[in-house]
Amino acid sequence: MALLLVTAVVLLYGVIYPNLSVAISSFQRAGTWTFANYTEILSQRIVLEAIVSSLGLSVATVLCCALVGIPLAFLFERYTFPGRRLFAAFAALPLVLPPLVGTVAFIYLVGESGILAHGIQNLLGLQNPPWRLRGWSALILFHTYTMYPFFYVLTGAGLRRIDASLAEAARSLGASKTTVVRRVVLPQLTPSLLAAALLTFMTSMASFSAPLLFGGDVRVLTLEIFTARQRGDFVIAITETVILAVISLGALFFFQRYEGTRRFAAAAMKGAPRRRASIASGPARVLATTLAVVFAIVLVLPVATLFLVSFAREGSWTTQTIPSAYTFANYQRLFADPWAAEVFFNSVTMSAIAAVAALLWSFAVVTLLRRGRNEQKFFGEGWRRLLSLLVLVPWALPGTVVAVSVAEAYGGPSLLLGSFVLVGTFWILPVVYFLRFMPLVVRALQASMEQVDPTLEEAAGSLGARAWQRFMRVTLPLVWPGAVAGTLLAFVIALGEYVASVLVFVPANRPISIAIASELRDFNLGAAAAYGVVLIVIISISMIVAGRLEKLRG
Amino acid sequence: MPFLSLNDISRTFGTTRAVAGVSLDVNQGEFFGLLGPSGCGKTTTLRMIAGLEKPDSGSILFQDKDITNLPPERRGFGMVFQNYALFPHLNVFENVAFGLRARHKSKEEMNERVNSALELVQLPNYGKRAIDQLSGGQQQRVAIARAIAIEPALLLFDEPLSNLDVSLREETRRELRELVTRLGLTAVYVTHDQEEAFALCDRISVMVGGKLMQTGRPRELYEQPSEISVASFLGRNNLIKAMRLSSSKTTDGEFKTLEGEHTLHLHVKHENLAPLNKPVYLAIRPEHVELSTNNNTAENSLRGNIREIVFGGATSTVRVDANGLLIEALVLQTNGLQVDQPCNVILSPDHLTLLK
Repeated sequence: MALLLVTAVVLLYGVIYPNLSVAISSFQRAGTWTFANYTEILSQRIVLEAIVSSLGLSVATVLCCALVGIPLAFLFERYTFPGRRLFAAFAALPLVLPPLVGTVAFIYLVGESGILAHGIQNLLGLQNPPWRLRGWSALILFHTYTMYPFFYVLTGAGLRRIDASLAEAARSLGASKTTVVRRVVLPQLTPSLLAAALLTFMTSMASFSAPLLFGGDVRVLTLEIFTARQRGDFVIAITETVILAVISLGALFFFQRYEGTRRFAAAAMKGAPRRRASIASGPARVLATTLAVVFAIVLVLPVATLFLVSFAREGSWTTQTIPSAYTFANYQRLFADPWAAEVFFNSVTMSAIAAVAALLWSFAVVTLLRRGRNEQKFFGEGWRRLLSLLVLVPWALPGTVVAVSVAEAYGGPSLLLGSFVLVGTFWILPVVYFLRFMPLVVRALQASMEQVDPTLEEAAGSLGARAWQRFMRVTLPLVWPGAVAGTLLAFVIALGEYVASVLVFVPANRPISIAIASELRDFNLGAAAAYGVVLIVIISISMIVAGRLEKLRG
Repeated sequence: MPFLSLNDISRTFGTTRAVAGVSLDVNQGEFFGLLGPSGCGKTTTLRMIAGLEKPDSGSILFQDKDITNLPPERRGFGMVFQNYALFPHLNVFENVAFGLRARHKSKEEMNERVNSALELVQLPNYGKRAIDQLSGGQQQRVAIARAIAIEPALLLFDEPLSNLDVSLREETRRELRELVTRLGLTAVYVTHDQEEAFALCDRISVMVGGKLMQTGRPRELYEQPSEISVASFLGRNNLIKAMRLSSSKTTDGEFKTLEGEHTLHLHVKHENLAPLNKPVYLAIRPEHVELSTNNNTAENSLRGNIREIVFGGATSTVRVDANGLLIEALVLQTNGLQVDQPCNVILSPDHLTLLK
């Protein structure tokens, strides 16, 4: 009962009320109900353009990511050759890079005054940089770099799940290799591909850092909402937020529906695991190996650039291909400057608060979800679905939407908090981080719980253990590695959070990402890079620990 | 007074009635079996006895106390699960000690009881082993040790041998029965394997489709099945559809088979006299069917042709077509029998049973 109360209160305060208040505000003007906000902003060319840009960019991103990710998954999942592991080790790197850090690294590498552009310019003795990192092509390139892993990882997982004996059966029935791919493999992959497409679409809709820093004329919705709030145009910001939220939730709805159908692949009976084939033809092997090495370098290059620039002395990188002088000063400043120390302290504290709260809360939610499965009378199937949906909503919503809705709901005296105003306090960011990343922890815990055989708890019960003893002595020892791994993941993502932070941070809780952005604005390229590198180091350590924990579980 | 009694219990999952109005009594010291095909509701019935499921209706009495709503941890029944459900994060000792820790037993008592339980299942000195270092048979013994360590008032088994290979299964079966008898425990044992149930249990309830069809001693069930479902589930059986011809008052029944239109005679008990002109089933075990190649005037001798002879090792199955009525016979020797050979099938009145 206490669990139910805690869960309900958090969902009411964190998910239902903020989103409802944004939706309500978008239909109100001067205290009356009206569609005026929508008719007004939809008649503005710039808003329509933003919607079209966001959708167009996302569709283009999905297509490009599919074109890159699917063939790579087939190549690396199905065949073995020298270099395969090298690529596989770095394949998911862009996923763990905080978007802002990735954007900065990208600018240093392929921006018009980045290493590549300067290199070519100096090599060929050109007057101007050979290209400018601006607009559509720049955004699509960056999105493909950061989001192709959705397709790569999900297609790979889908391929692994397909029972090899099905393909063998098809071959024995006379189907050619291409027929097998077309009629056996692809239909079974469809759910994975759809999931990847929707994830990519949702992530692309939420993208903010890249459009902000090198979007040029492409003004997407997230950016429009940000600038509308900056100029104090709250009504437009809120109305656009609702539009963005509706598109994202639509995608979530499809994602949920297709995720359910993903099970059929796993339902196959006991079958033969597929072995990776080695590539027989020599030239093909060389090609595959070259491809693996080149892609591995491409994946690592932005991060390597960031490392390099983090050691650059300020002012030593103007027209040179790479900075001409190196120093530890950027890092020294990071550790000596009280301002920088405070920024780190803020981010670590706020992320830790959010992650730990998410962990504790996840236990309540997951326990409820599991209990609902057994006792229909207590907690029906419909409620169970509603609960899992509400938990997922903040995950599907772009960070911009979460921040705007919390700001709208608790920006003044509110129905739920009375005269307490959350906006403008230190606590606004921990709350936003919690909302944004708790679905990750819930999912991680859920996955761990699903691996625990339910008869273990029943056995403990039949041996005389009460509910609390069952939890402490059976469930918790089995799920904590997975739960902590999920919490660590939420922690590191919160550490680099920028999209929502930039909308609601106050001087008292300025996080790392805001510091990076302001260093960049002041052209302190080395200092911005150093922040990024420290973030990446913390993230890497956490990911290694999380990986160890995952193994511990198996 | 029965030790455990289920009174008209039912359980529905969604739209499927897993258990429909089951009533049965288990006596103290009895090894009681719940036997049936998969999905017949036997496991659900066991789980309701354990308290892991609540019946939608009906009641469960244990030593005359109503335990229907008692949670499993307060029943004090030991249960051995099909997949053993051993705690993977605890070693053998801690697994067996789990129930004793939940009861806050002293250290000395716990050591003593865990060690004696491990000795009973012939795994002394295995306490420090991790669960994944054990073979399937050893895991199964640990599961039994864990269940008996709490000195259960009732021991419940959910197909505990189904994950073992055949040779190990028979050995473990014998040891299990011996152990339960030695400790004087009462057991309820769920299985879909009739041979296992016959070998282990004092009495058995056969369940089909959520309903309890018949309860009795193994031999009774095998030789005098009262329902078609029991007759066809327990071993092989020839089921012959027939109509009663003679007056329904007498116990000397005369029947006409619907296929082949043969006339058959059998002794009918007073309590189940069949109605006239309504199809009923007669059953006879293949091992009770006699075949003869000479002309013979025995009672219930039908003329037929051998359709098929299937060699099965110690015994062989012979299928005979008697004018459209197919009869299976189990014979030790197939000497002189050939496919397409005419022969007589003798369905002795002593072995023919009338089914409800």
